[in-house]
Amino acid sequence: MMAAMMLLFTDRLVHLAPVDFVIIVFYFALVLAIGFYLRGRANTGEDFFMAGREMTAWVAGLSFLSANLGALELMGWAGSAYQYGILATHWYWIGAIPAMLFLALVMMPFYYISKTHSVPGYLKLRFGESSRALSAVSFAFMTVLMSGVNMFAMAKVMQIVLGWDINFSIWVSSLTVAVYVALGGLRSAIFNEVLQFFLIWAGALLIPILGLYETGGWSNLKVLIAQRASTEYVHMWSGLGSFTTNPMGIHWTGIVFGLGSILSMGYWTTDFLVVQRILTAKDIRSAEMAPIIGAGFKMFVPLIVILPGLLGLAVLPMKLTAESAVAAGGHSYNDVLPLMLARYCGPGLLGLGITALIAGFMSGMAGNVSAFTTVWTYDIYRALIKKDATDQHYVNMGRWTTVVGVLISVGTAYLVMQFASIMDYVQALFSFFIAPLFGTVILGMLWKRASGAGGFWGLLCGTASSIGMWTWVKLDPTALRYVALSPNAKALAQDMYQALWSFVVCVVVTVVVSLMTKPKAAAELTGLVYGLTEVPSVGNLPLYQKPVFWAVVVAVALVILNIIMW
Amino acid sequence: MHDSGISIWFFIGLSLLVNGVLIAGAGIWEVMNPPANPSVVLFHLHANVWWGAILAVFGALYCYKFAPKRQS
Repeated sequence: MMAAMMLLFTDRLVHLAPVDFVIIVFYFALVLAIGFYLRGRANTGEDFFMAGREMTAWVAGLSFLSANLGALELMGWAGSAYQYGILATHWYWIGAIPAMLFLALVMMPFYYISKTHSVPGYLKLRFGESSRALSAVSFAFMTVLMSGVNMFAMAKVMQIVLGWDINFSIWVSSLTVAVYVALGGLRSAIFNEVLQFFLIWAGALLIPILGLYETGGWSNLKVLIAQRASTEYVHMWSGLGSFTTNPMGIHWTGIVFGLGSILSMGYWTTDFLVVQRILTAKDIRSAEMAPIIGAGFKMFVPLIVILPGLLGLAVLPMKLTAESAVAAGGHSYNDVLPLMLARYCGPGLLGLGITALIAGFMSGMAGNVSAFTTVWTYDIYRALIKKDATDQHYVNMGRWTTVVGVLISVGTAYLVMQFASIMDYVQALFSFFIAPLFGTVILGMLWKRASGAGGFWGLLCGTASSIGMWTWVKLDPTALRYVALSPNAKALAQDMYQALWSFVVCVVVTVVVSLMTKPKAAAELTGLVYGLTEVPSVGNLPLYQKPVFWAVVVAVALVILNIIMW
Repeated sequence: MHDSGISIWFFIGLSLLVNGVLIAGAGIWEVMNPPANPSVVLFHLHANVWWGAILAVFGALYCYKFAPKRQS
């Protein structure tokens, strides 16, 4: 069998020993076993699509974080840390923590109390069917494409890192995901996400430990980076006073108002994949604590993502370059994490590190597919096509949709293999919707006067403005000076400002149209909006059991960390 | 997650325990049969031995605490 497996391999970045294969095979066996075990607990709609709504704060919180912590993200951000230095940490701190805390304290009560199953489901209750249909169709379409893009990216990574045949990687991983999600539903996806969380830490934490030992500590690491790149690579804020004094070409306003407010809010509070995990919590307090727990752990993720990239900058003998500029025998920025794994991790440890990457990819796929299945079954099929079938009918639809979703993802993966630029388009597509969606949802939750028509037209116009800005810059790159306020802005900066402007357009249109149209009656908005929702009081609980206490602890820690890394 | 079924934490413990034992075992094998040209930097620290042991201990604790028969 080993010989047969060897035939599938070509040139590779790392060489696996037999014990590494055993570890990888054990992982696949375990996730399938979990799926089969949970088959018996996924027979009702509530169980299959919402994991029975019985998850504890810890499970919901860790899977909420894990759903975002895919291998593409791990490798991509380690690569960004190598390329841009410690500035990449902003995407884990100010670019995530405030949004997660905001979700926990402000938005979660409305999501949870409305008893909805999805973000489009909330929009239906709040604004009506047209808003739901717009967001459900766009979300379902994007999420299954993203799953395919992730699948292709994983297969490509496995080819470069391990020499595995691309078709082998695509089919083995997609069939495994199809089996464990079709059998166990969302609970199975969540279990595997929590497992992935532990595997990632177990597999990747040794890199910063051994790396800091090799470099002689953090201060010495900074000296080495200053010699090999520049001192700008180890300052998080001091170089952001101008577009030209930092490696990313961004100004602090873009980080604070673009990334910190709109882009991160849009993603963390309305991306259905992550919000769905919190909706499975067993009660309102668990639903509020879960994102706070996620935020607490998110603050430490730079240890295993950003620090390896910085260590790579200091210790790797070769120079990494952009993907497009890789010469024969060279490596791109995204290879930094596998290269660091190969540098420090011998037999066994390497297998665990690779398993962590595979787990990251597969749970990303599972997350996208389970989200697609829920939105298709409840927000499109049940809402628009067949409204009055039995619960069992919808569960069966869910299982078949899982399989179909995986097959569409496989098809997308092969399409991306032919036309690599599709990846950029799918990423762009995703970015069109999240900022306007945040505008629509937050106005819906906080402003009683927002009408159904206002919600729909705000969402549509905000999305259209996002598409318009992107197309304008694509056709005329000098337009960047208007969209991103500087001709020197890089792509990341453009994304941030695009999000900011599309949010503004969404909010303005929603407000104007709402003031010109009739709002819903107060009785229809109970449990959906501020002022008409009774949130259970936590007044009589001890301080350490109140979500707001822990949110403040996390926020203070965030500020201290940013000051230390100034 | 603590009904009469197997807890997710038990599965986590199982994963850490098995992986920890395999990794520590590979490390001990390397100590007894050191390669002529180690493929990793800092080979002399034998990270797989102690890291594998740490994972195995955590895994065993989780398996013990969340074992199905202890919960029902």
